[in-house]
Amino acid sequence: MDATWGSALVFLLLAFIAAAGGIITNYILRVRAKQELESKYTTYECGEEPEGDAWIQFHPRYYVVALVFVVFDAEAAFLFPWALNIRELGSFAVIEMFVFLGVLFFGWLYAWKKGALRWQ
Amino acid sequence: MTDIMDQLLNHPLGRGVLLGGVLVGLMMGVGAFSTYLERKFAGRIQNRLGPTIVGPFGLFQVIADGIKMLRKEIIIPRAADPVLFLLAPIVAVTLTLASAAVIPFAEGMEPVVTSVGLLWLLAFSGLLVFPVWWAGWASNNKYALFGSMRAVAQGVSYEIPLVMAALVPVILAGSLDFGAIVAAQKGGAWFIWSNPVGAIAFIIFFLASLAEANRIPFDIPEAESELIAGPSVEYTGILWGMFPLAEYIHTFIASAVASLMFFGGWLGPGPDGLHWMALKTGALYLAVYWLRWSLVRFRSDQLMRFCWHWLVPISLALIVIATLWVHAGFGGSA
Repeated sequence: MDATWGSALVFLLLAFIAAAGGIITNYILRVRAKQELESKYTTYECGEEPEGDAWIQFHPRYYVVALVFVVFDAEAAFLFPWALNIRELGSFAVIEMFVFLGVLFFGWLYAWKKGALRWQ
Repeated sequence: MTDIMDQLLNHPLGRGVLLGGVLVGLMMGVGAFSTYLERKFAGRIQNRLGPTIVGPFGLFQVIADGIKMLRKEIIIPRAADPVLFLLAPIVAVTLTLASAAVIPFAEGMEPVVTSVGLLWLLAFSGLLVFPVWWAGWASNNKYALFGSMRAVAQGVSYEIPLVMAALVPVILAGSLDFGAIVAAQKGGAWFIWSNPVGAIAFIIFFLASLAEANRIPFDIPEAESELIAGPSVEYTGILWGMFPLAEYIHTFIASAVASLMFFGGWLGPGPDGLHWMALKTGALYLAVYWLRWSLVRFRSDQLMRFCWHWLVPISLALIVIATLWVHAGFGGSA
């Protein structure tokens, strides 16, 4: 197992170098503007001065979906170890997981009927 | 010579450096070349020529674009959060590349040997939601914020059918290791047709991957005609270039994974090997372009409805059917 994570670490490092390499190359090769214009650093909004920050509160619509997502993602975490061992575990495990999936299915149905999955 | 190679490949660090270097280089190359390929392909679809001027068949366009992009000035807007602003594209590319670490392009050629390959891949591609959100938030621009909000809603939603469709080959093969998943498809029994659910699972997996990578018809977060490119609107030069680069690489990885899980990877009629994997991955990758230049964009609520009302229940049903199939003894023993 140690062997795996050694190469994993090296790979992550390589990936980071490849990504950060772009910035470093840019730093070496870049062309600099002769004069600095303040307007260059303004927020882009089609020529208009933006009205206030973008760090505001607004209705994100699908926020209930995020909750449903957590439920289903936790379910997926349960499913993976089970899916690997279906052949060994036999009928009991299959039936038990089907009960679990059934509960989830009704949860999904409930969320749908409640309108959680709809633009509101 | 081969002895030294073997020793290097058996050593975890040597393997990481050697195969990892090759894979990272390959991915960056694919990402860069894709800009040319897509323009050429799109041109042909729309009865145009695409790039033709720079080099033979316009091939050096990639180099010209690369140099142009690398030399452009990086501008960080006054209003932006500079740390997150710089970090977001770098992390996006790093995570995308990292998810490729477990993909074997030929038998036993993955840089990171692990028994939980698929889990690694899903974990890293799941994390990709974060850099996109950082980019939109740090830009302090309303277009960027809306774009990344959409990206998060979409990425989070399509994660569910993606994971559940990926479970189908896992159930059929009884393993999370790509090597074992491919080995279970020996003798032409590719998962796409060796069972009743493979084809549908493939379609769901592929659609969900496109949605995760923000490709048309799921490119709502970017939507250049309404959100002026969404999260990447404030970015310039190579910092901007990293977003499409990550997107291309992500799409390529999704094509590679789909061909491993449903089309038998490096197995094929005649001799097995890298060429089959390249052929299958390439064909799927071009199919993505084909979709992109043939279809229009979904509307945000249509997209979410499509996921939650159709893909999620269907993929639940697929898991049940696949389980019964294996349990009845059709799937063979793992």
